Amino acid sequence: MRLLSRTGRSLRRTLIQAVPTVIGIVILNFLLLQLVPGDAADVIAGESGSATVESMAALRKQFGLDQPVLVQLLSYLNHLAHFSLGFSPRYNMPVGELIMARLPYTLMLMACAFTLSLVVGIACGALMAAFARRWPDRAMSLVVLVLYSAPGFWVGLMMIVLFSVHLGWLPSGGAITIGANLGFWDAVGDQLAHLVLPSFSLACFFIAVYARLTRSAMLEVERQDFVRTAQAKGLTPFTIQIRHVLRNALIPVTTVAGLHLGNMLGGAIVVETVFGWPGMGRLALDAVMARDFSVLLGVLLLSSFVVIFANVLIDLLHAWLDPRIEAE
Amino acid sequence: MSGETSSSLASPAAVAVPFKPPVVRRGLSAIVINHPTFVVGLAILTVVFVLALTADILYPGDPMDMVGPPLLWPFQDMEYPLGTDSLGRDVAAGLVYGARVSLIIGFSAASIGLLIGTLVGAIGGFFGGLIDNALARLTELFQTVPTFLLVIVIVAIGEPSLPVMALAIGIASWPTIARLVRAQFRSLRQQDFVMAARSLGYSNTRIIFMEILPNALPPVVVTASVMVAGAILTETGLSFLNMGDPNLVSWGSMIGGGREMLRTAWYLTALPGIATALTVLALNLIGDGLNEIFNPRMRQR
Repeated sequence: MRLLSRTGRSLRRTLIQAVPTVIGIVILNFLLLQLVPGDAADVIAGESGSATVESMAALRKQFGLDQPVLVQLLSYLNHLAHFSLGFSPRYNMPVGELIMARLPYTLMLMACAFTLSLVVGIACGALMAAFARRWPDRAMSLVVLVLYSAPGFWVGLMMIVLFSVHLGWLPSGGAITIGANLGFWDAVGDQLAHLVLPSFSLACFFIAVYARLTRSAMLEVERQDFVRTAQAKGLTPFTIQIRHVLRNALIPVTTVAGLHLGNMLGGAIVVETVFGWPGMGRLALDAVMARDFSVLLGVLLLSSFVVIFANVLIDLLHAWLDPRIEAE
Repeated sequence: MSGETSSSLASPAAVAVPFKPPVVRRGLSAIVINHPTFVVGLAILTVVFVLALTADILYPGDPMDMVGPPLLWPFQDMEYPLGTDSLGRDVAAGLVYGARVSLIIGFSAASIGLLIGTLVGAIGGFFGGLIDNALARLTELFQTVPTFLLVIVIVAIGEPSLPVMALAIGIASWPTIARLVRAQFRSLRQQDFVMAARSLGYSNTRIIFMEILPNALPPVVVTASVMVAGAILTETGLSFLNMGDPNLVSWGSMIGGGREMLRTAWYLTALPGIATALTVLALNLIGDGLNEIFNPRMRQR
């Protein structure tokens, strides 16, 4: 019951804060994109190779690119108010459909990478804190520092060399095996096999971030009085570490995790390119190249929704971890 | 020095107590002894710096020129110790020139990010109220947009050249610093020395830059080294996607070029990646070391 009312309050507050943020993102990006030299008509004309001044003017008129910037912005906002993301000149289909075809893949990759980075990162951090300043801590710190320093997409490429080329255990790219007629469970297994390398490649930097953060947060919490109380009443060290120290250390870790989601979505662009993963990141990159700004705006908008939604979840997680934290 | 004085001051009564006061060393030697990883980081970064500065002397001529037979593996021909790529370009020369690009981008992008972030954070944190609210919202906005996508868009607006890339990465990376500086200013502006400065009739500008900012700097310096590291990683990703300066060799473009021969000549991808990781590692070691030096409390555990 309490959690329910808390959820309601959190959602309401987020809605009030998120709407101006989202509108701000749309307007900022819309104006920014007007500065990019060239438009979709230029690219289409360049590719067709037989454009005349008249046909390009017709293209621009068709897509509304000949209107003044302010009119274009208002018409875009009007579309948004009617839950439409506009029309892509490049793919010749509604942006909504285009993005919806890619969104599940990006969400799948993000969810896997995010979970992987939190679980592995926190586990590593907890172990490092438990062995603080002894050799297991030092050895793990070194590994974590290397993950923290290497470009994630490069780690992915190196994993392709090892696991796909030399060992042949995992597929080197794509989202599913094309043309394989698999049953349900085989298809799930096939999907998971394709997910392993991209998820780890995207997660490895964040694993390192959370491991370092968990370690230092736990060492900070261990000094506090309630830990001494727990020791005094005779709890086992394991219980103290997990139920008291780790639980409190999770709050800063999850806060930072929420802040990093935007970065992770950005990192997905490179990782999706490396693994040929049909997600939103590659769609965005193609859209920049093709000057297809309605698609790009749609991707930016949806990724900010993902970030905002994930932060609501983290807010609720905080309420569960420490009931004293109230929605402000 | 101070270690000797403290032991000579110890009274006989104190000897009975099994507590040994920690030897406090100061100066350069203390840093070397107490923070070995910091020194290692500094050493690696110095080597990268020297290589980048002497690139013209070590490998005169364009690193994009064909110099030898293509696809030599490392150590196969000692004239090209790290091998050659598919067009017969010397990998070692590419790495040395790439160091230049990475360092220039890393440091200039971080400076731009630091400048914007410090200004936004300082103004918001110092004045509070409506300005702070607006700036905090702006910071949040920039943090919600995927950083890398923003960089790509800005590079697309300009041209893929070093200054534009540095500007783009700087613009995308300031929110972290702004949040940090804002938090520092909010806690520092309540303190007595700010009150004293106000009562002396100092202007707001003077209080912000001469009084509060120096006190807010230590955590900013630590974050700055991490920002340089982040900028180098972003640049690598950018030129890996072919969005870098096409006239310059960079580690990212070398990884991108090597990717096409990943199955047969994986060293072409591995070597520039190792160079990036080592440089970034050095910067992170320096950041960790600075953190320990500024917050000695963390070491006592």
